[in-house]
Amino acid sequence: MSAVTNVSVNVERPPPAARGWPLPRIIGYALMGFWICACVGLIAYLASVWNPEFNAKYAPAYLSGIGVTLTLSVISIILGALLSIPIAYARMSRNLILSGLAYGYVYFFRGTPLIAQAFLFYYGSGSLSPQLKALGLWEFFREAWYCALLAFSLNTAAYQAEILRGAIESVPKGQWEGAASLGLHRLQTLWKIILPQALIVAMRPYGNEIILMLKGSAVAALITVYDLMGQTRLAYARSFDFQSYVWAGLIYFALVQTLSSVIDFIERWLTRHLVR
Amino acid sequence: MESVWTLLSWGPDGWLDDLASGVFVTVSLALATLPIGLAIGFFVALAKQSNEPSLRLAGNIYTTIFRGLPELVTLFLVYFGAQLALQQLIHLYAPDATIEINSFVAGMVALGVVFSSYASEVFLSAFRAIPRGQYEGGYAVGLTNGQTMRLVILPQLIRIALAGLSNLWLSLLKDTALVSAINLADTLRQAYIAARVTKHALLFYGVAALIYLALAIISSFAIRGIERSVGKREAFAR
Repeated sequence: MSAVTNVSVNVERPPPAARGWPLPRIIGYALMGFWICACVGLIAYLASVWNPEFNAKYAPAYLSGIGVTLTLSVISIILGALLSIPIAYARMSRNLILSGLAYGYVYFFRGTPLIAQAFLFYYGSGSLSPQLKALGLWEFFREAWYCALLAFSLNTAAYQAEILRGAIESVPKGQWEGAASLGLHRLQTLWKIILPQALIVAMRPYGNEIILMLKGSAVAALITVYDLMGQTRLAYARSFDFQSYVWAGLIYFALVQTLSSVIDFIERWLTRHLVR
Repeated sequence: MESVWTLLSWGPDGWLDDLASGVFVTVSLALATLPIGLAIGFFVALAKQSNEPSLRLAGNIYTTIFRGLPELVTLFLVYFGAQLALQQLIHLYAPDATIEINSFVAGMVALGVVFSSYASEVFLSAFRAIPRGQYEGGYAVGLTNGQTMRLVILPQLIRIALAGLSNLWLSLLKDTALVSAINLADTLRQAYIAARVTKHALLFYGVAALIYLALAIISSFAIRGIERSVGKREAFAR
């Protein structure tokens, strides 16, 4: 017992908190003062431009824009997730042609801007309209919404395939071998042993990808989709009122923060068995 | 109907010279944003790892805001907001003056704040990877705070942060395409104009996408070179 008390006496205590006004504290208080002023300024600005006419005219448009943004991101994420499975499989396959094709796909969609891809699909399909009409696909490519959906799904599929591949490769090879020695089929191994471990690793990147997709979907406004950003641009073009962009910023910020706290919650819930 | 090669030639008939000027704008915008973003990101990371709670909170608010807004919204907020604010300011002195914000500067500011908020996270995790003993060793040999930072911490910090920062550079390069929305004549904007005039949309957007891809490939070669030279210096130091 005495040894224990001796040790606790010799413990090196953390240095006492600085008192008075050291430089970091002055800067910190100044910056916090700046943020508080900015917040008050924002509220004051919104109060000063508060306009019932503007609200009555554009609030429904903003609501429908939020709906379009959310639908577009959710469907793209789901389609991308489905599409990412064969791509990740091809990327990991030993067949050089298959893995080369998958590598090229991933490299193209991760190496070019989302906005360029959206333009390529929407405006570029116009050049191919005779061929597309012959194939009966013109109705699909004529709609900006479908083009945005296609571009976003293909884009996020490339990112999600890399997440999936990285996660599956992070599981040690011994897990495959152990399962094989127990006589499990490869698919059974993948489903019951590899994926449960891989998806824990993949969770955080998946969450980031969902948030990036929600933010990236604002690009759809530039190919005439009336998502939240599209409605904002329309409202600004009609009213010349800067508050339209301020509201868009606030709504996007609220959406992203809500989504990221939901993802955090899900992640904590799914990894509760890992908490020590 | 002109052939593809005429359209992509240099000179009055072709569009290659216009695309090249667009590439110049894209690259110079990205290169101009990089030092600003790195500097702000570094200082925000310093704030976020400080002992002072108010400084940490201020840094975290910065990151939360600019990572929570879509880049496009940030860009429009800066472009139109700065115009509005400066106009109000100028009207105090010269009521008739009108002012127009340079879209290059607006793009630089917007991309800079977005880049710096991501960069601050990269720097922060690099700071956390450097053991406390490095600082203590620096103080023990009589270096001041600033000298320890410059001579002991920074060289290690750069080496650790390089991988994360090169990813950020690649996404910055792609984000510059957004400035075409505020009419800055970058690669995508030039492709848009060329596609409108010639009606060869697929060709020009395809070329624009390939240009971005080529820029990404060139950057990854450059990054590999930098990594090798940093690694070499590390080998010499040992």
